[in-house]
Amino acid sequence: MTLLEFARGYAMNWAIVLFIAGMIWRLVGVLLLFRHTDLSRPRNTHTFWGGLRTVFTRFWPHKVFVRPTLFHLATGYVLHVGLLIVIFFFVPHILYFKNLLGVEWPGLPNNAVMVAGVLTLGALVAFLARRLIHPVMRKISGWDDYFSWLVTALPVATGLLAFAHLGLRYETMLAIHILSVALLLAWFPFGKLAHAILFIPSRAQLGAWFQRRGVRA
Amino acid sequence: MKKDQPLIDLLREQGVSRRGFLKFCAVTASMMALPPSMVPAIAKALEQARRPSVIWLSFQECTGCTESLTRSHAPTVENLIFNAISLDYDHTLQAAAGVAAEEARETAMKENWGKYLLVVEGSIPTGNPGFSTIAGVSNVQTLEEVAKGAAAVIAVGSCASYGGLPHAAPNPTGAVQVSDLVKDKPVVNIPGCPPIPVVITGVLTHFLTFGRLPELDSLGRPLAFYGNSIHDRCYRRPFYERGQFAETFDDEGAKKGWCLYRLGCKGPVTYNACATTKWNDGTSFPIESGHGCLGCSQPDFWDMGGFYKALSQPSATPVSGMAAAAGVGVAAGLGAGWLARQRQVEAKEKEDRS
Repeated sequence: MTLLEFARGYAMNWAIVLFIAGMIWRLVGVLLLFRHTDLSRPRNTHTFWGGLRTVFTRFWPHKVFVRPTLFHLATGYVLHVGLLIVIFFFVPHILYFKNLLGVEWPGLPNNAVMVAGVLTLGALVAFLARRLIHPVMRKISGWDDYFSWLVTALPVATGLLAFAHLGLRYETMLAIHILSVALLLAWFPFGKLAHAILFIPSRAQLGAWFQRRGVRA
Repeated sequence: MKKDQPLIDLLREQGVSRRGFLKFCAVTASMMALPPSMVPAIAKALEQARRPSVIWLSFQECTGCTESLTRSHAPTVENLIFNAISLDYDHTLQAAAGVAAEEARETAMKENWGKYLLVVEGSIPTGNPGFSTIAGVSNVQTLEEVAKGAAAVIAVGSCASYGGLPHAAPNPTGAVQVSDLVKDKPVVNIPGCPPIPVVITGVLTHFLTFGRLPELDSLGRPLAFYGNSIHDRCYRRPFYERGQFAETFDDEGAKKGWCLYRLGCKGPVTYNACATTKWNDGTSFPIESGHGCLGCSQPDFWDMGGFYKALSQPSATPVSGMAAAAGVGVAAGLGAGWLARQRQVEAKEKEDRS
């Protein structure tokens, strides 16, 4: 069995299994928690809509915070939009989703995806540099932060190298790329990367509370 | 043909001009990425070369490799050179000769001990010795016996090079490649299903010229022919870069010659000279004919998850594993949720008590 066969077969399959089991475990566990009993009289009872609204309004900070968080905001958007383009609009990736989910959508030209990939990697490096340089950031950073950064950066870096036919032979680089994605999927539910899914229930819960108390935030 | 007659005389007898001969030498040097200064060396070596004795063994194979060679674009200098070697034994071509053929092999081995070239076509079964025999002798035994006196071994085709179709899962005959059994002789792999004829003549020419095998890659293939991937040399590559892919074999994209990646082309991970040397007298190669590369010169190409499955797709979708994972996830989540609630209740009771 070649490394590529192992990556496309066992490694990826087990990673998907871990991802699904882990993510459902965390979601069900979080959703089953008791909510704090709020004894105050509700100002508003449309808590569902309030929760839903907050899921989207939190994509942009209040204007007071835009300037102080500009670096984080801009780099964060480059990183997340870049990842979105690279993961969901590169044709070989779309074919992967088609195989798994049975649906597909139009892709972007490879070179456009490559530009997005380079910007994404740049944003990741900028975030890491800030984490290492900024004294407060360095203080509050733990093992999870660095490992989550690594498993996010690896697929982007190896994907770019495989695409550009740089470094090792293409099939080896492709296998390493797939293995790095498998590592990302396997780690995803158990570390801070799970925010990519858990942000929805957490924002919704906060929004629902705010709605009930009449907070406009 | 006299055995000790120089190769150049044989070619002359068969109507090959000096110009044609030098052209072949130049083309061979160019294909093998040798400097132009090596052309006279190749010509000189070939002029002086005596017909090397070649023993061609056929094991678990479909004879496609022999078919590819014998039906290559004819007549060419490559063919004549190939005809001019002393093919003292070929199991496929001499099968009807029976005992006489086996005697011819033994004589050739005795007369050219340590100097003959052994060409092997097909994989070797290591399971039941009766799976494949020649004159009642198992393939393993024949290979070991003939390889002992060979100067070098050339594994022709993917079966001999990497086990090929017989080696495909679940490999019922326990098929192995030549280099799994021959450890003390230089082995060169010329994989392909079938391999390109000119690659075989190129390797033979290199051996006649330099007295050794050409530089090989990590899979034992001549780098000169297997140094680049099909994808790297594919004329459809610009369409890949632009994200223009044929989605079926008869859609607009296919008619416009767009990239065949979505249709399962294995060009990006396949190393061979098809895109440059081409087939049928340089007419075309599979991608040019509208079909994706099958990856036939790579090990285990039969087991790469399907010819029509794109390279980025997993070789198998773990549907049952995913369903089981979802079940495990729900169960674990319910358990974790219940435990967390218990803790919350205990904390509240503790708070109420204090």
